[in-house]
Amino acid sequence: MKLARTRGGVHPEYHKKPTSALPVESLPLPQMLYLPLQQHVGTTAVPVVKVGEYVRKGQMIASAEGHLSAHIHAPTSGKIKFIADFTAPHPSGLPTLTIQLEPDGLDIADDELPDRDPFALSSREISSIVSEAGIVGMGGAAFPSAVKLDQGSKGQIHTLIINGSECEPYLTCDDRLMQEHADGIVDGARIMMHALNAPCARIAIEGNKPEAIATMKAAASSWDNIAVVPMPVCYPMGSAKQMIQFITGKEVPAGGRSAELGVLVHNVATTFAVHQALRTGRPLISRLVTVGGGAIRSPRNFHVLLGTLVSDLIESSGGLKESPARLLSGGPMMGQIMPHAHVPIVKNTSGIIALIGSELQKDDTRPCIRCGRCVSVCPAGLLPLQMAARIRVDDVDGAAKIGLTDCISCGSCSYVCPSNIPLVHYFTFAKGELSSRREQQRQNDHIRGLTESRSKRLAEQKRAKAEELAKKKARSNNSKETVN
Amino acid sequence: MNQTVPVSGPHVHISMDVPTIMAWVIVACLPATLYGFYQFGWPAISLFVVTISAALIGEAFALKLAGKSLRIHLFDGSALVTAWLLAMSLPPWAPWWIGVLGSGIAILIGKQVFGGIGQNVFNPAMVARVALLISFPVEMTTWIDPRPLLSAQAPGFMDGLGITFIGIPDVDAVSSASTLGYIKTSVDQGLTLSEILPDIFDPLSAFMGTTNGSMGETSAFFLLLGGLILLFRGIISWHIPFSMITVAAGLALLANLIEPSTYPGPSIHLLSGGMMLGVFFIATDPTTSPSTPMGGIVFGAGCGALEWLIRTWGGYPEGLGFSILIMNSLTPLIDQYVRPRVYGRNRRGTPLKVPGGKKRKDSRK
Repeated sequence: MKLARTRGGVHPEYHKKPTSALPVESLPLPQMLYLPLQQHVGTTAVPVVKVGEYVRKGQMIASAEGHLSAHIHAPTSGKIKFIADFTAPHPSGLPTLTIQLEPDGLDIADDELPDRDPFALSSREISSIVSEAGIVGMGGAAFPSAVKLDQGSKGQIHTLIINGSECEPYLTCDDRLMQEHADGIVDGARIMMHALNAPCARIAIEGNKPEAIATMKAAASSWDNIAVVPMPVCYPMGSAKQMIQFITGKEVPAGGRSAELGVLVHNVATTFAVHQALRTGRPLISRLVTVGGGAIRSPRNFHVLLGTLVSDLIESSGGLKESPARLLSGGPMMGQIMPHAHVPIVKNTSGIIALIGSELQKDDTRPCIRCGRCVSVCPAGLLPLQMAARIRVDDVDGAAKIGLTDCISCGSCSYVCPSNIPLVHYFTFAKGELSSRREQQRQNDHIRGLTESRSKRLAEQKRAKAEELAKKKARSNNSKETVN
Repeated sequence: MNQTVPVSGPHVHISMDVPTIMAWVIVACLPATLYGFYQFGWPAISLFVVTISAALIGEAFALKLAGKSLRIHLFDGSALVTAWLLAMSLPPWAPWWIGVLGSGIAILIGKQVFGGIGQNVFNPAMVARVALLISFPVEMTTWIDPRPLLSAQAPGFMDGLGITFIGIPDVDAVSSASTLGYIKTSVDQGLTLSEILPDIFDPLSAFMGTTNGSMGETSAFFLLLGGLILLFRGIISWHIPFSMITVAAGLALLANLIEPSTYPGPSIHLLSGGMMLGVFFIATDPTTSPSTPMGGIVFGAGCGALEWLIRTWGGYPEGLGFSILIMNSLTPLIDQYVRPRVYGRNRRGTPLKVPGGKKRKDSRK
């Protein structure tokens, strides 16, 4: 297979060693689970249970609203305590409608499905089971997986890529999942290949996970159409665009979808969730989470029920060595800060990283010296320094013209910037500004269109009326003439 | 804990910051500088100290005036690097006021007037060098023959101070024309290179730096060593030095092959004057050179070509400062037109086409 070169990238310190060799552990059942109705891209789910109702493990408690949304299920059996606002695991710290479930400790589940053969099901049936299970992209995007499968089944997908690259430092939950559940992942990949009618699958894993590569290779060895591709160790190799370029040699066109190239990318954890949903009917109610960072006493991976509070997770993982300087959801490159530890684990929480001061980016920013390091590491081929210079003077359109919309927010530029300029911060701000300006423009255009068509319609009516009048006049004149 | 201030990723950072970059430039300058001290003795050292001090005072004054933090900006090393490079490019026994004036021009006019670090269009050290050369041609072209420190002809510490602060007692006895200057005047008088060169140019001594010249420019060897330090530490990339050397040497070789009696070959061009300092330390100044690798190639090629053109047909024997300043002025233009191809777009910036793919609105518009 010919592998293409990708551009740019950085080599941060990975800090994966402490957790990648330790087996995944389970947690004691928490006192309370907090399940936000918005754990996915798209419309907020709608509760289908009432306060005080008893629910079984795996029972749907909130239903997807519309096409782009996802169901939410009870991670264990217990009573619905509240359906009320609770802080979201989001930097804003804003409250969001959350179902609070008090576990009864019995973990009573709905009856498991009789073993069914996913390969006897149609594409439509598979995607509807994936949708029923509330599965979303677990690598971070939280895009409803069934929607992606449907998009894929429309086009002709020739390669399914299973993303096990896990290029973010500290995170090892995908690594552990591959080491412990290789067969399930391969099965999930085969089910999705069947649903997409895709002839081959590639499992992409960065070279710094030799154990995962070995176990996945062994698990995939029975199928010639599934191959494990060791990837160069370079951030952001796990970005879908870069991965597609490396494996297929093709680039996703600007503004386009990978499905147009005949490629679809799913994360390994998502793939495993698909396997579980199809084989045992188990919905997405738990996930692996890496607990790491300098402030954590014993960093490792945990099997965590969705809705578990970060504070509970940290507590039962052995607690903090010291007070963290920053608490993150996800890895340190693209992860987001959490308002505090009293927020729940959701479907796309891959890690809880508690960084201490010495691990953090310093906060003294200096003027740009135009060294061009940001240019040489940008995987998208952009000039971050020029975009930032335009955004500083509020020239958001100018920044868009030179590539703001092609930025994948990987943070490689900010990571290397010797002046410590928060470039990603600039770009995130500008993207928001741009989309609101464009929305405004769209609305204005719409209103202008309506006004124009209205005045056209009025003019038309006026003309028609005048014509009618003229005709009438002419007719009456004619009749007068005949009379005379 | 409560995290109320929103911060974007990345939350970790590489350890290379601006002061570290400047520190590495100083480290890379050290071999050639120390060798210059050794070759030209106490007067060179006192001029160096005067130049650096004047620059730091000027920088502090300008920062104070602009209301900027001295802690962050004065100690970022940028003024030190500017003054250091200026001092390296001055004639070693030049009077103190050349150093003070040069530093003032570099820091105040070359850098701070534009808004300080990162904002200047022209390399400050070269602005000063060229301004001094045009204004004070005699002081700026008084080339002392090397008098190694501790040797019999070397002036002592007090004599050194005297030379810097009062003047050189008998200039003609201690100075001679530079290699490039001598070649230029001799060729203009109708002599051929084969007659001139044996007297003035020995490749080995030009490489090691046992010739006359600016304080830190004579030794190609130590400058190359510094350049390699910068390359290996990732402070500079290879693009500018590579294209600058290739183009200058290529043009010199071509002209030399066509007319060997008037046009010096590549070795003279590369080993004499400020070429090596310019290639590794001046042209690679991040602020005043293009920020893309391809832009660097174009920029370096321009510097190399202009350097050769000015040396060959210009009014001055040395064209380093002029060539770099001219290319500095073209840097914004190069950065406008020489850009990497963006992922998912073609060279012209329109989205790549997929066979059978649907039409979409370009997100740039």
